Amino acid sequence: MKRSLDRSLVQRAGFSLLTLVTLMTVVPILAVVVYIARQGLPAISWSFLAQMPGDGMRAGGILPAIVGTLYLTLGTAVFSVPLGIAAAIYLAEYARENWLTRLIRIAIINLAGIPSVVYGLFGLGLFVFFLKFGTSILSASLTLSIMTLPVIISAAEEALRSVPQAFRTVSISLGGTRWQTIRRIILPQALPGIITGVILGLERAAGETAPILFTGAAFFLPRLPNSPFDATMALPYHLFVTSTQVPNMPFQIQYGTALVLLVFVLGMNVIATVIRSRARAKRQW
Amino acid sequence: MGKSRTWGEAVITAVIKTCGYSAIVFVVLIFFFLLREGLPALAEVRLADLLAVRWYPIENYFGLLPLLTGSLIVTAGAMLVAIPFGIGTAVFIAEVAPRWMREVLKPLVELLGGLPSVMLGFLGILVLAPFLRTFLNLPTGLTALAGSLLLGAIAIPTVVSITEDALDAVPQGYREGALALGATKWQTIWRVTLPAARSGALTAVMLGVGRAIGETMTVMMVTGNAPVLAVHLNSIVSPVRTMTATIAAEMGEVANGSTHYHVLFFIGLVLFVISLAVNVAASTVVFRQKKRAERVLS
Amino acid sequence: MKRLAIFALLMVLLVSCGSSPNQASSRTPVSVYIQNKGSDTMVNLALALAERYQAEHAGVSISVTGGGSGTGIAALLNKTVDIANASRAMTVDEENQATASGIQPVEFVVSRDAIAVIVNPANPVSQLTLQQISDIYSGKIDNWSQVGGEDRPIVRLSRETNSGTHVYFLQTVIRLGDPNNKTLFSTDTLLLPSSEGIVNELRQNPNAIGYDGLGYVPSDLKVIAVGTASGGPYVLPSIATVNDGTYPVSRDLYMYTAGQPTGAARAYLDWILSPEAQQIVADLGFVPIK
Repeated sequence: MKRSLDRSLVQRAGFSLLTLVTLMTVVPILAVVVYIARQGLPAISWSFLAQMPGDGMRAGGILPAIVGTLYLTLGTAVFSVPLGIAAAIYLAEYARENWLTRLIRIAIINLAGIPSVVYGLFGLGLFVFFLKFGTSILSASLTLSIMTLPVIISAAEEALRSVPQAFRTVSISLGGTRWQTIRRIILPQALPGIITGVILGLERAAGETAPILFTGAAFFLPRLPNSPFDATMALPYHLFVTSTQVPNMPFQIQYGTALVLLVFVLGMNVIATVIRSRARAKRQW
Repeated sequence: MGKSRTWGEAVITAVIKTCGYSAIVFVVLIFFFLLREGLPALAEVRLADLLAVRWYPIENYFGLLPLLTGSLIVTAGAMLVAIPFGIGTAVFIAEVAPRWMREVLKPLVELLGGLPSVMLGFLGILVLAPFLRTFLNLPTGLTALAGSLLLGAIAIPTVVSITEDALDAVPQGYREGALALGATKWQTIWRVTLPAARSGALTAVMLGVGRAIGETMTVMMVTGNAPVLAVHLNSIVSPVRTMTATIAAEMGEVANGSTHYHVLFFIGLVLFVISLAVNVAASTVVFRQKKRAERVLS
Repeated sequence: MKRLAIFALLMVLLVSCGSSPNQASSRTPVSVYIQNKGSDTMVNLALALAERYQAEHAGVSISVTGGGSGTGIAALLNKTVDIANASRAMTVDEENQATASGIQPVEFVVSRDAIAVIVNPANPVSQLTLQQISDIYSGKIDNWSQVGGEDRPIVRLSRETNSGTHVYFLQTVIRLGDPNNKTLFSTDTLLLPSSEGIVNELRQNPNAIGYDGLGYVPSDLKVIAVGTASGGPYVLPSIATVNDGTYPVSRDLYMYTAGQPTGAARAYLDWILSPEAQQIVADLGFVPIK
């Protein structure tokens, strides 16, 4: 009898410890979001979002940073989405389980693990200097795309693999070629999962600073960039700059920038989660 | 009609195949570039100087040891935070929490993974460092500890999601068998389920390490960036300088092709090799576990 | 598929909407673009000058980026900027590299700057000699009590090595202006990525000591009076004491161009040396050139 009392005591203590650990992990996350929201909300107004900065960036808005982040995200999508989805299709539908495929998978895992600042170095060496693109949206987007590629490939491959084999068998038995099967049946079924992966990948790209530090980011630009060869301001770099480089920067602007970045990043997160759960509900298998 | 269809099909298949190989191409390209720009450092600086203890590049002191120890101590500290909290939270979510709580906690932890590192660094300067200074009575709060706490937080989502997937993948039969034999739920978790998910948890930890060692902006903002050799026990509460922060802080100033430029690329090469080693180790562990499982189950 | 197309269309619309305020606001087409990069000490000054100049000259656009004096000069040598800002003179190494790249850099002194030594307002120490500051930063003096303060460890704050301010401080204060002196910063000096980092830490850490251009010192921090000898006189930095030479730690701030500047860059540099621009210099806490 005493033994089972001991055991249930241990269990209750253990569960309480786990609950405590989880709370200590989760509560700070909420605290951070709430704190930034409370400090940054007073700064948010239409003019903050739509105006150029003034007075040494201590007043006015952060429009160029917002637009810059949008451009960079778009640029990253343009390069990484087609390439990533195609690579995922190869892995899920065409590749055989041999040493070459294993090598590709190891390469993907490695791309995912490379530090963001090393991507920045690589982007500097290849795109800015060697290919002479200079410090530009182009260089920064290309650098961010390679960084985003493993995320998109993994998510897309998983989405493609989750489509049951039956779909493929039926399509081929009805006379479809492999590509037709993929294009008309498999891809549409896997699309929600792929889109979720793409959005999560782009969310990371939007929040990164190190890869764009020497490949595309600028401290202050007097006008919005109007070609891919221009440098650009960007939200994460702007947050870095306003919190560390400019004297007498009002806290409101710093927190306001942080809040806008947070909303942008979390917004993408929410969209991806919603797509994922709605797709799960509508699934045909 | 048949001929154009097969020809078009062939083209598309070729394109897809090329894209499939692209990951290998990029890894090789990055490695090649780092080698090309980093190896000259070995020619321009004697190896003994690279292994010296002073890093002061503007006077040609290129000792990498303080940077290496800085990165190591911050990463070690980060794992001391991420492992218990990450695995504990994963166990809670997968084994203890009721269904509805899981649906709330999982996205919440993913949220942490989405927070930009520059934002955490920002809060680190304004909130965490002063707190550490007053709470622990330190000369300054800009220390390896501040870096470790924030890096641990950044690594936790990786550890949680991969461990949680691994725990999910353990067949329900294992748990039911243990319970049928009279074990409590608690005993089942620690003696059956978690050991069964061992390889996944190990992978999670290794990927967490990779994430922590590669983090740049956060450590640049909160660790003080002092190139001190971090080998004493109280180095954790002293300022340190990591490899990543060094590259980010100094890369802008170097002239293309100078010795400093080459040494910074060499540091990038070291970081690349470390993350390569960690990733290969992680996938070898998983591969070996899979082979062992296949042998057991066959 | 259709949803994706709509989404893409929305993104394109959003992006083009973002760029239209730009077209609406400038009636004359932007004909000249000047790129200005370098010293973080000067970045806010450069920004203020650029803003005023652009407000008065509609056809000119000036972009300003920091990164440190070393960054600006490197960019000038790589031919990626028009004007480099530097809070220190070009080094012999850099001059050699310039000649190797076929560039003859031209130096303009656009302002002067006092380097203030700053401490937390709660710190009772008010004056130090150059030798004491040098010993503090090289590690010989470790505790505030050794210079007349409380029993507290000294936390040394500095700018990063790519900062001209850092290099100037090393040469003029730590090495006391002696080119043969090889003293270095103590290894536990915190190398913070920016002036604001130094200010933030000083604001709430009574153990800290830092240095930066006078224009970066907010009014709530305490400035140390610096003396050349232990009997004094101890002088606080200001426009007056820099110009009459009694404050020992002051320097020129430079803008460099590759070769003699022409056209818009020339006009801009000429304007910077004018009284109107120099008033902006004074407003920001720097010392205008007479």
